[in-house]
Amino acid sequence: MLTMLLSRLATAIPSIVGVVVVTFMLTRLLPGDPAAYFAGLAASPQAIAEVRTKLGLDKSLPEQFVAYVGDLLQGNLGNSLSTGQPVTFEIATRLPASAELTLVALLLAVAIAIPLGVLAAVKQGTWIDHLCRIVTTVGVSLPVFFTGLLFAYVFYYLLQWAPAPTGRLDIFLSPPTHITGFYLIDSALTGNAETFWAALRQLALPAISMAIFSLAPLARMTRGSMLAVLGSDFVRTARASGLAPRTVVFTYAFRNAVLPVITVLGMVFSFLLGANVLVETVFAWPGIGLYAVNALITSDYAPVQGFVLTMAVLYVTLNLAIDFVYGLVDPRVRLDS
Amino acid sequence: MTAVPTLAVDDLSVEFRTRSGVVKVLEHVGFRVDRGEKVALVGESGSGKSVTAFAVMGILDAAGRVTSGRVMFGGSDLLALSEHDLAEQRGRELSMIFQNPRTALNPIRRVGRQIADVLVRHGGATRNDAPRAAIEMLKKVRIPDPERRAEAYPFELSGGMCQRIMIAIALACRPALLIADEPTTGLDVTTQAVIMDLIGELAAESGMATIFITHDLALAAEYCDRIVVMHAGHVVEAAPARDLFSHPRHPYAAKLLAATPGETVALEHLASIPGGLPDLRRADLPPCRYAERCERRTDACAQPLPQRTVGDGHVVACWSPL
Repeated sequence: MLTMLLSRLATAIPSIVGVVVVTFMLTRLLPGDPAAYFAGLAASPQAIAEVRTKLGLDKSLPEQFVAYVGDLLQGNLGNSLSTGQPVTFEIATRLPASAELTLVALLLAVAIAIPLGVLAAVKQGTWIDHLCRIVTTVGVSLPVFFTGLLFAYVFYYLLQWAPAPTGRLDIFLSPPTHITGFYLIDSALTGNAETFWAALRQLALPAISMAIFSLAPLARMTRGSMLAVLGSDFVRTARASGLAPRTVVFTYAFRNAVLPVITVLGMVFSFLLGANVLVETVFAWPGIGLYAVNALITSDYAPVQGFVLTMAVLYVTLNLAIDFVYGLVDPRVRLDS
Repeated sequence: MTAVPTLAVDDLSVEFRTRSGVVKVLEHVGFRVDRGEKVALVGESGSGKSVTAFAVMGILDAAGRVTSGRVMFGGSDLLALSEHDLAEQRGRELSMIFQNPRTALNPIRRVGRQIADVLVRHGGATRNDAPRAAIEMLKKVRIPDPERRAEAYPFELSGGMCQRIMIAIALACRPALLIADEPTTGLDVTTQAVIMDLIGELAAESGMATIFITHDLALAAEYCDRIVVMHAGHVVEAAPARDLFSHPRHPYAAKLLAATPGETVALEHLASIPGGLPDLRRADLPPCRYAERCERRTDACAQPLPQRTVGDGHVVACWSPL
């Protein structure tokens, strides 16, 4: 198990290196001249050249790359040109916002999709199976930004059930003491019910919009996988042995059926990382997605690089975690390594 | 024998509803198995042997439906029991082992625990001493090094070993009846003999009745007391093994015997049976489903099938038996 994880980790290193190179190249090749942008609209060519030298943009690409990698190794992702803040600091403060949103959305999706898929498979052809089909079809056909806008319109503007889509917390409340950076956890830990409730209300709409989107592939995979396993020989053996229906469905069928669901869960998680960018924009959520969009618009490449790198590391870590869980569930995987 | 049989199947009919129509898979199937008796259910693929077993066990696919019949076992009709009561019986009073032992075991559960699950479920052991009891069962099916093997997963064991595990699961609660559905298919020949001997010995030890489902007549002849020949969802002949082999009465049974390699028949003299199984979805199926392949067909064959007793415990469903 440990050797398997280590070997997977080793294969992850080239992908990280690749991402470093690609992000560097991409941001340099993006249209727009950051020096011209930061020197201001009325700047003389001389002033622009000065800014360029100051930013190190006049050096050759290989030189810039070496400097970039050197900084990276020290954990320095450079400074944002527009805010002047170190990118590492900004990402570190914004990442919990995105992580909280994504994880809550994912938990919500899993909590609904898996029972729904299991029930749909066990009671195939009944109303719950049809419900599952409707939910999955609706889920995949609604893009996250659309659901987000629709929800904001209906629940905030029309019904006024939800607070204004203006970030993680009402502006009159101060954020809870920083422990994990997750407002829900921090406010719960400090016993601050008011902040917890306010944070939850803010979180509800964006999290639900993302959950609806990620529900579909999860529920569909759970149903399909359960159906396949329920029809398999060993489930027949379990039934022929008179095992209780609960044991047959959960201990025998579900534990086998969950394997492909775990794979899909990993994919859904990476979809969600991408979907974050849209949802954060719609709900003014101060996460790294919104940060990256703003940076991209202003050709502020240090944050963009930082964002892509963070995402890549997250993605690699996520895949490692998935491999780990897979190994826990399936003994055959443990032996393959 | 006048004693109450262990299992009496009577007038069992099963239909499968498929997209292309209703398939009458079994029609008026009847046979009995006495205490400690070994009965073979033989017939070519698609003759309804496995479906009969699944119907008896109550584990038919959702598409299958029992349309008539009774399955008397231990004083009650299994077909009339609720799913809950039937589950109580399965694995304790009647058990089943399957072909392809590798896929018939849960791939991600240690084999010892799979045996323990059945023991715990039917009160054969408490949760605490179930692991010990499972190891005892492994010993009983002569698995070497049972303590270590109990911790193995099915993919770490050979096909023969997996079949022994299946037998251990099936026999864990000392059932009165074991249904073995082609238990040796997919195993090599030496393993086949070992598995068959093992089932035979364990059955003799506890007085358990056994139904072997097989298309291998030689195997049936060697291990069984009585043989029930099935064709296209009908029981065409049932007889003590000796009688059937010396003097088959149904034309299909005779052809089946002629198609079985033996010591006295060279391979090139083996006969094949002309024609195939009729399409069981047809609305105009003849009363005798073998009639269209039969050389001895007469006008009488258009009448409903007879049940003729032609000897001691020898019944044939044919208007012009041999």
